[in-house]
Amino acid sequence: MHKEFLMGNEAIALGAVAAGVNLVSGYPGTPSTEVLETVAKRRADAAYVEWSVNEKAAMEVAAGAAYAGARALVTMKQVGLNVASDPLMSLAYIGVKGGMVVLVADDPGPISSQTEQDTRHFAFFSKIPCFDPSSAQEAYEMIQEAFAYSEKYHTPVFFRPTTRVCHGYASVTVKDADEYTLHQPDGFTKDTGRWVIFPRLSYQNHIKIEERNLTLAEDFSSYKRNQIIRSDDLLDSSGGIAGFPDSKTGRLTAPRKGIAAGGISFTYVMEALKAAGSAPVLKIATPHPFPERLALEFLDGLDEVLCIEELDPVIERELIHLCGRHHLPVKIYGKLSRHVKNAGENTRDSVSENIRGFLAQKNESAEGAADLPNSPVQNGAPDLPVRPPILCAGCPHRASFYAVKTAMKGKKTIFCGDIGCYTLGNAMPLDMVDTCLCMGAGLGIAQGVGRIEPDTHCFAFVGDSTFFASAITGVVNAVYNQADMTLIILDNSTTAMTGHQPHPGTGRTMMGEIVTKIDIEAVLRGIGLTTVETVDPLDYEASVSCVRRVAEEPGVKAIIFKSPCIAVTKPSRSMHVRPEKCISCKKCIRELGCPALIVSGKIVSIDASLCTGCSLCSQICPTGAIVNGKEGDGNE
Amino acid sequence: MNKNIVLCGVGGQGTVLASKLIAAAAMQKDLPVMSAETIGMAQRGGSVFSHVRIGEGIYSPMIANGEADIIIGFEPGETVRMLPFLKKGGTVVTSSRKISPVTATLSGSSYSGDGMIAYLNEQVKELYIVDAEKACEEIGSSKVLNLLLLGAAVKSGALGLSEEDIKAAIRTRLPEKFHALNFAALAYARPARCPRK
Ligand code: SF4
Ligand code: SF4
Repeated sequence: MHKEFLMGNEAIALGAVAAGVNLVSGYPGTPSTEVLETVAKRRADAAYVEWSVNEKAAMEVAAGAAYAGARALVTMKQVGLNVASDPLMSLAYIGVKGGMVVLVADDPGPISSQTEQDTRHFAFFSKIPCFDPSSAQEAYEMIQEAFAYSEKYHTPVFFRPTTRVCHGYASVTVKDADEYTLHQPDGFTKDTGRWVIFPRLSYQNHIKIEERNLTLAEDFSSYKRNQIIRSDDLLDSSGGIAGFPDSKTGRLTAPRKGIAAGGISFTYVMEALKAAGSAPVLKIATPHPFPERLALEFLDGLDEVLCIEELDPVIERELIHLCGRHHLPVKIYGKLSRHVKNAGENTRDSVSENIRGFLAQKNESAEGAADLPNSPVQNGAPDLPVRPPILCAGCPHRASFYAVKTAMKGKKTIFCGDIGCYTLGNAMPLDMVDTCLCMGAGLGIAQGVGRIEPDTHCFAFVGDSTFFASAITGVVNAVYNQADMTLIILDNSTTAMTGHQPHPGTGRTMMGEIVTKIDIEAVLRGIGLTTVETVDPLDYEASVSCVRRVAEEPGVKAIIFKSPCIAVTKPSRSMHVRPEKCISCKKCIRELGCPALIVSGKIVSIDASLCTGCSLCSQICPTGAIVNGKEGDGNE
Repeated sequence: MNKNIVLCGVGGQGTVLASKLIAAAAMQKDLPVMSAETIGMAQRGGSVFSHVRIGEGIYSPMIANGEADIIIGFEPGETVRMLPFLKKGGTVVTSSRKISPVTATLSGSSYSGDGMIAYLNEQVKELYIVDAEKACEEIGSSKVLNLLLLGAAVKSGALGLSEEDIKAAIRTRLPEKFHALNFAALAYARPARCPRK
C-alpha cells in the first residue's frame, strides 16, 4: 500500500487495474473521460484499452469481453448511456461471465452536459445493481468490490460517480503493483441457451432477475459501504463536535430525526453535522437494489428523515415506499416535499442550510447549534467581470462559422449545431448556432425544418469526432429521403472538447497504434453525395466562395472545413496591428470575437501571447492594418 | 494542522499547478489532502478555482462559505468573486494585474482592476498584493505568477507551509531546468515587494 494524490477518476482507474481489469472501452465525455485515459497511461501493457466510436459500440465490446470471462470496464457520461441503452437493456437479461462494470458519470448542475438525468433511475429501469461512491478513496475500493459483485451475480453492474467525485482530488491509499489481482479470462464457451436472446429466455431470466434482486437487496444490507452512522462514529477534527443534544443521554430529543444521503452529498452532510447538530445518518452506497433491511433498521424509532441527494429523489422515494409497505409513521422529507431544491447540484452551503432548517424545525434543542461561520458581508462589491467560455484565439471553427455567415448573409437560413467545442459558435458576435440537442441531432433537425420550410437553407454543423460517433446514419437518412441541406463538417482532427482523444479519422488508437485514417470525404461519397468540397477555413475568400457555390446545389451536399485544433498544434506565430494603418473601425473585434484582439479606447491591438497567427482578422480588415509577426520585429 | 485554501484566476493562469504544489507539499508532511477544481468547458478563458483542504477529519473536497483560511487570487476580479469563501480574519494574497474578459472588449464596457483592489482593501485586513507585472519583469519570466503568489502566501503565514516545503514539492513535480527560476519566484515576496495592502 502507498499513498497517491489522485483525481477521483484516476482512483477509479487504479481500482479497476487493481481488480485485474482486462479490457476497458468507452467514449469520451465530461466528467468520465480520465478513467479510461488513466488505465491506458498506467497499465497499457496489462489491459486492452480503446476509445470506441460511440458508447453503444463501447458497451458491446465490453460485453463481448465479459462473455469471454474477462473483467471489463466500459466508461461514458450520463447522456452516453442513452446511446448505449439498447445493448445494455438486453444485456441485463443475458448477463455476463467475467465481471463487467458500466461506469456512467452523472453531472449534477449540469456543469458540462445537456441533461440532469439520474443513472440511478437507469439502474431501476434495467434492474441492474448500482454503486454510488462518495469520495475518491471509496471509489478506489468500491470499484474492486463492484467487479466481485458482478461476477458473483453474473450481471453487469453500474458504477455511478458524479462530477465532484470524478474531479475531486484526494490523497488516496492504493495497492502496490504486486498486490494487484491477476484475472485470467477463461474464454467464451458456446451455449446458445445462455448467449442468444429469445423471448422465452428473456421471460425465464426475468423471473430469475427479480429473485436475484431480492437476494442482492439483502446482501447489500450488510455491504459495509451502506451504513448507519450514529453521532459517536463521526470524524472529529477540531476536538469536539459542537451542539450535540444527545451527548449525555445518548438519546435524541423528540421529534427524533435522521438524515439519508448518498454520493458526494453524504460528505456535505457529514461536514454540515459538525456545526449544525446531531442526527443519525443513513449512507446509501447501493441505491439499487435498495438495502431495505438496513433502511428499516435506520427508520425504526425515527419520526422524521431528511433525504439529501442530487438529481432525482431516488433515496427519498425508496424510503417513502418502505414506510408505506411497513406502515411506518415516519415523515420523509426531501425534493418531493420541496425541503431540498430539485434541480442543480448541492453545495456544502445548500446542504448546511437544509440540515439546519430540518433540525431546527420544532426542535428547540438544535437551534442554538445552528451557528455557521459567517463570511464577510459583500456590500457594495464592484461589478465582476463576466467570463463565459468562448472559442480559443485562432480556433479554426471561428473562421468556418464566419465564412458561412458571410456567404449566407441576407438569405433565409437555419444553422443546426451539435455537441463539441463548436457549440460555442453560438456566442456573440458569431451567433451561428440556432439549435443544439444531442450528439448528431443537427442533421435530422436540419432535414425536419427543411420539410416544413422548403425555402430555408438548412445547414447542419458537425465535428469530426461527432461525425463518426453518431452523424453517419443522419447522412444516410438525408440522402435516402432526398433531403435538401448542406452538411458542414468541422474537421479539426481531434476530439477537442473532452481533451483531444483520438478517433477513427485521426489514424491513431488509444493503444498507440498508427492505423489507416477513415476518410470523411470518402465516407460521404460512399453514401452517395456528389458534392463534397474540402477547404481550409483559414483561407477566408476560398471558404466564402465555396459556401456560396455549394449551398446553391440541390440535394444533400457537404463542405469539410479542415484545419487542426490549435490546442493540439500549438502554433507559435503571431500577428500585430499597424497603428498608422488602423482606422479603428473595429470590424475585426465586432465580427470575430477573437480573445486575442483587444481594444482600449480607440486603439486596437493584438495580445501576442494569445494570438496564433491564424490571419483571419487580417483577411477581413478593410485597410490591411493587421500584419504578420510580433510588433517591431521588422517582419512586415 | 487544518487549512482550507482557495486558489482562483482565469483559465490558463497556472492555478492548477499551484494547487498541486500545495497538495504535494502537504503530502510530504504526511497530512491528508483533498482538492477540487474547475475542469472542462469553463477552463477556456473562464473563471477557474481550486479548493485545497489539508488535515484530518475532512469529508468533502469542497470548501464552504466562510471557511477559507486563505484565498490566493491570480486576478483581482476573480479574487473578489471568491471572497464569500473567506473566513473572518482570513488572509488574501492577490495579483493586481487584471485580465479583461472578451465581453468587455465587445461591449466596450470598462473593467477596472484598481476598483477591485480598492474593494479588497476595504474588506480584507490581511491583504497582500503582488505586482505581477513588475515581479515578472524583475525575475525575467512571465510564467512564474503561480510561484510568486505561493511565495507571498508562505510569507503571510496563513498557508501553514514553509518555503522549504514548497521547494521540496517543486523538486518532485517540476523538471530540474525550471527549479532555479521557480525558487527565485518563490523567494521574491519580501514585504517591501509584496506589501500588506
Ligand atoms: S490572427 Fe487575428 S483572429 Fe487569428 S488568432 Fe491572431 S488576433 Fe485572433
Ligand atoms: S478591422 Fe483593421 S482597421 Fe478596423 S479596427 Fe481592426 S485592425 Fe483596425
